[in-house]
Amino acid sequence: MTKDRTIAILMSVACLAVALGFVLPEWMLFLANIAIGKALVVLGLLLLWRCGVVPFGQALFFAGGGYAVGLLGLYFGLTDIFLLTVVAALVGGVLSALAGLLLARYRGIFFTMLSMAFSMILYGVLVKTEALGSTDGIGLKRVTLMGWKPDEHFELAMYIFAVLLGLISSAAMHVYLQSVPGRLAEPIRGNEVRVEYLGMSVRRLMHLNLIIAGVFAGLGGAVTAFSVGHIDPEMAYWTTSGGFVFITILAGTGSVLAPFVGALMFEVIRTLAFAYVPEYWQIILGGALLASIFFLPGGLWSLFTMLKERQSNDANH
Amino acid sequence: MLTLMAIIIDGLVYASWVFVVALGLTLIFGVMKILNVAHGAFYSFGAYGAASLIGLYSQTGLPVAGGFAIIIFSAIGIGLVLGFALERVLLRPMYDHDEVVLVLVTYSAFLMMEDVLRLIWGSGAYFAYQPFVAVGFVEIGEMVISNYDLLLVGFAFSLGAAGWWLLTHSRFGHILTAVIHDREMATSFGVNVVKVFVITFVLGAILGALGGAVTAPKVSVTPGMGVEVIVLAFAVVAIGGMGSITGAMIGAVMVGLARAAAVHLFPEIELFVIYAVMAGVLAWRPEGLFTRVQARKI
Repeated sequence: MTKDRTIAILMSVACLAVALGFVLPEWMLFLANIAIGKALVVLGLLLLWRCGVVPFGQALFFAGGGYAVGLLGLYFGLTDIFLLTVVAALVGGVLSALAGLLLARYRGIFFTMLSMAFSMILYGVLVKTEALGSTDGIGLKRVTLMGWKPDEHFELAMYIFAVLLGLISSAAMHVYLQSVPGRLAEPIRGNEVRVEYLGMSVRRLMHLNLIIAGVFAGLGGAVTAFSVGHIDPEMAYWTTSGGFVFITILAGTGSVLAPFVGALMFEVIRTLAFAYVPEYWQIILGGALLASIFFLPGGLWSLFTMLKERQSNDANH
Repeated sequence: MLTLMAIIIDGLVYASWVFVVALGLTLIFGVMKILNVAHGAFYSFGAYGAASLIGLYSQTGLPVAGGFAIIIFSAIGIGLVLGFALERVLLRPMYDHDEVVLVLVTYSAFLMMEDVLRLIWGSGAYFAYQPFVAVGFVEIGEMVISNYDLLLVGFAFSLGAAGWWLLTHSRFGHILTAVIHDREMATSFGVNVVKVFVITFVLGAILGALGGAVTAPKVSVTPGMGVEVIVLAFAVVAIGGMGSITGAMIGAVMVGLARAAAVHLFPEIELFVIYAVMAGVLAWRPEGLFTRVQARKI
C-alpha cells in the first residue's frame, strides 16, 4: 500500500498553476477560469458517477449558483467575492437538498430524466421571468476582494481565486471520498442491498451525495459568473448538463484531479474548434465522446493509471 | 367558454404532435431499454427532409396532395437510412453495456448528427407551408382552426391505434412482448433478438422522422429544433411510463392540455408547466402512469 500523496500533488499542481498565471496571456486565463468552473461541477458528478447515477440536470445547481451571484449583485449591490461564493454554494446545496428529496429515490434512466426535468423547470422559470433577467440574463458588476477592486489584473485575480477554490474543493472531495460514506459510493453502485445490511441508509447517503454535488455545482456556477461577468438561462439548459457529463466521461472518475484535466481539455477542444472549424465542432465533440466510451471507458485518467501500473510492473521484474 | 374550447383544441393538437415523436422514443425504450437522445436528430432530419422536398415539389406545379405523400415517404426513407446506420454502427457493439452508457452513446450521436444536418442544409430556415395552406381552415363558432391541425390529430390517433394493434394482435407484436418481458427467455425460444432490435430501432427512427416531417409545414424549419423536442418527448414518455403506448398517449394529452391551459391562462408559466407535471407524476408514481411493477432481479 503506497502512501496517499494526492493532497500533496494537488497543492503542487495549484502552485504551478498560480505561477503560470503570471506569464500566460489573458485569454488563456479566461479559458482556464471557465474550465475550473466546469471542473468544480464535474467534481460533484464524479461522486455521483461512482454511485452509479448520471444526472442530465446538474446545470440546475450550476445556474443556481450563477444566478445567486447575479441577483445579489443586481438587487443588493453585493460584490464581495467571498460572500458571493459562500452564498452560491449554499444555494446549490439547498436546491439539491430539495430536488434530492425526490431524486434520491431514483436510479438509472429515471434519475437521469428526472434531474433533467428539474433543470428544465428552472430554465422555464428563468426564461419567462422578467425580474430574473428573462432570456437576456443579467450583467454582473465586477467582484471585489474585501473592498479591493482588482481593475488592472481582473482576469489574473479571478484566475488565482479559481485555482485556490479548485484546490480547496478537490482536496475536500478527496477527503470525503476516503471517508466511510465516501467509500460507500461504489458499493451503492454495485449492490444497494448489501450497503443497507451494513447498517447505512442508501437513500440518506444518496441524498447527502446529491447535496455535496449540488454545492460543488453552485461553486462552479459562481466561478463562471465571476469570470464571464454575465449569466443567462442557457446555464440551466439540458445541453449544459450534457457538457458536464461529457467532461466526466472524458476525464474518468479515477481521481479528483481528473475533472480539472478533463475540463481544460474540453475547453481547449471547444475553443480551437470554434476558432478553426465552427461548423464541425459538435462532430468533434461527439466523436471525442464516442472514442472515449469505446476505447477508453475509464476516461483519460485511466491512461495515467495504466502507465503507473506498467512502471510498477517493470520495477518488480 | 371560448377559452376552454381553445385550450382543449390547442391542447389536443399539441398532444398529437408530441405523441408522434414520443411514440418512437417509447417503442425503442420499451423493447431495447435505450433512452435514445438521437431521437431529436431523427426529428430534425425528418423535418428538413420533408421541408426541402416539399419545396422542390411545389416548384413543379403538381397537385398539392403529393406533398402529403412526400411527408410520409421522406420520413420513411430517412428513418430507414439513419435508424439502420445508427443501430448497426454505434449501438450493436454496446448492447451489453449499462443503460446509462447507451444514453451517452446516443447523446454523442445526437451531437454529431446536428452538425451533419447543418452541413447538408446550412443554417438558414426552410419553409414548406404549401400543404398547410392547401387544406384550408374551418370555423367552429368564433374559432378558426386549421384543417391541417385536425388532420394531425386524426393521424396521431390512427398511428396510436395502429401501434396498439401491432403490439397486441400481430405475430411481430407477440414476439416484441416476449422480448420486452424477458430477453434471454425469448432468445432461448428461438427469437432472433438482434433482428427484433433492428426492426424496432428502425421503426422508432421512422416515427421520429415522421414527427419532424408532419411538423415541417407548420413551422419554419431551423437548426436546433431537435434540441427542444427531445426533452419534451422525454417528459411525455416518462409521465406515461416508459415503453407504454397507452401511457405515451395519456402523457401527450396531459402535457398538451397543461401547456395549452398555461398559454391561455398564465403565459409566463408555459415553459415549465410541462416539466412540473412530469415531476409531479413521477413523485406520485415513480415509474410513470402505465408501467407494470417489475420484480427485482438480483
